[in-house]
Amino acid sequence: MNSGKERLINGIIKENPTFVLMLGMCPTLAVTTSAINGLGMGLTTTVVLALSNVFISLLRNIIPDKVRIPAFIVIIASFVTMLELLLEGFLPSLYAALGIYIPLIVVNCIILGRAEAYASKNPVFSSFFDGLGMGLGFSIALTCIGAVRELLGAGDLFGFHIMPTADHPWMFGGKEIAFFTPASIFVLAPGAFFVLACLTAIQNKVKLEGEKKGKDMSKIGSGCSEDCMNCGEEGCGKRRFYDTEAGEGPVGKKEEQKTEQKNIEKQKIAEQQKKAEEKEKVKEREEENNE
Amino acid sequence: MSDLMKVSSNPHIRSKVTTGNIMLCVILALLPTTFFGIYNFGVRALVLILVTVAAAVLSETIFNKICKKKNTIRDLSAVVTGLLLALNLPVSAPWWIGVIGGAFAIVVVKMLFGGLGQNFMNPALGARCFLLISFTSIMTNFECDGYTGATPLASLKAGEQVDTVSMIIGKTAGTIGETSMIAILIGACILLFVGAIDLKIPFSYLGSFAVFLILFSGHGWSPSYISAQLAGGGLMLGAFFMATDYVTRPITKRGQYVYGIILGILTGIFRIYGASAEGVSYAIILGNLLVPLIERVTLPRGFGKGGEKA
Repeated sequence: MNSGKERLINGIIKENPTFVLMLGMCPTLAVTTSAINGLGMGLTTTVVLALSNVFISLLRNIIPDKVRIPAFIVIIASFVTMLELLLEGFLPSLYAALGIYIPLIVVNCIILGRAEAYASKNPVFSSFFDGLGMGLGFSIALTCIGAVRELLGAGDLFGFHIMPTADHPWMFGGKEIAFFTPASIFVLAPGAFFVLACLTAIQNKVKLEGEKKGKDMSKIGSGCSEDCMNCGEEGCGKRRFYDTEAGEGPVGKKEEQKTEQKNIEKQKIAEQQKKAEEKEKVKEREEENNE
Repeated sequence: MSDLMKVSSNPHIRSKVTTGNIMLCVILALLPTTFFGIYNFGVRALVLILVTVAAAVLSETIFNKICKKKNTIRDLSAVVTGLLLALNLPVSAPWWIGVIGGAFAIVVVKMLFGGLGQNFMNPALGARCFLLISFTSIMTNFECDGYTGATPLASLKAGEQVDTVSMIIGKTAGTIGETSMIAILIGACILLFVGAIDLKIPFSYLGSFAVFLILFSGHGWSPSYISAQLAGGGLMLGAFFMATDYVTRPITKRGQYVYGIILGILTGIFRIYGASAEGVSYAIILGNLLVPLIERVTLPRGFGKGGEKA
């Protein structure tokens, strides 16, 4: 589960951050007005994700558990700042198009999520590939959304005129063909939701079809997420939750737990009774004093 | 004796009213408006209406086929949706606008949320707003008698004088179904007579809108301005045919008054302070979204529940 190839496949397809995990929705919906913007945002995030995963994984035994989130943010923010300056210097048009969403990569929940769920628990090599896979999955998703929105909303693709709009008609033997009218709603905010929903539906359809044919479409485990309620691993030593109604759980432990709980309850009741008695005594004394 | 022995579970007496019946009433009530639209705008209006209705019905059939569900076009709600949408289109719109709009109204707004009764938004208005945002120039290109011109409402917003009588009769520019106030009111009377709608929502809507105009429009108590605003645009069509949609209006009595007042205020805000002259469709859609909240605060109290605080 920790080989590089598996991490890549997991990030791009099985646990695609946009279409499966539904993480990082803010940049997904906001910057995908064109395919170029989507690709640029995706690749920027990929670089940050891979580098921050590597460094968090390197420091995973040094960072104290209680301050791990601030520590992760510091690492992520340094890489984002570096990338922001690089973009401003070398790709000013992309920098202008992405705007506020570059600094916002710091709080992108994919990056923080991977740091928390994977990089802080796994070795450097697989963490790097996990970040790379997740980032590429994000890039592909954003490029797809951006391409569909650009095609329907402006008739272009990667900045080239594709559809026969009135401004850029197709020429066939001297005849102009211009049947396509761009639907500007797709460049606006509602279009992002429509396209995301449609692409997610297609992805789910493909997944279901694959499962019907017997292909393995299940997620590859990302290490322990400490979500024992939804985790199927019965033999896990760290298990804290047992679905006792379904008959799970180590035999013998149940009764012990029950007796323990009963004992605790008995102790509580006894304590309460003691307190009540003491109060009554105090009251009686006070009344005697008054008299 | 044998008849008496037949025991079945309730209900024992059933009303003859079905969804199909009500929808048929609505279609009948929309016919005066439709005919006036065709008379006013010519054959192109008829073609556009037919295309839009056909698109709505076809897309419902195809969606049910794909999802392997029972075909639900017999309840005629798709026809009503298509017709209402067509009445909300300008006559100069090309035929594919009707197709896209009809398909969007049925598939995205209605069927994806579970079909008739589950949609949270009026399908025809949802599709109209989708088209209005997508193809703004096509959807706001109004013409009358072959001339492209501003709607009376736009002229009114620009501060010009408008002929209120012609707005009431309907020989003005606008969408196919919104121009004639008289034709819409005839249809509304049919609905009221049959009992398909009541006056709670339309009256609270129009009333609160008029009050809002008096207070905030800057014209004060000016009967000519208020009557022009009431007769102009899609207000009448919206108040009687779309705000009263069974699915997307509140079911509680007090809720319907609240809903109407909210619609009136929203329409006033959009028409007076908005960039566009028209605001009925956005107002009704926003009102639709508020319906669950309205129903929650206006739940009638059960008998004997609560009472005076001791």
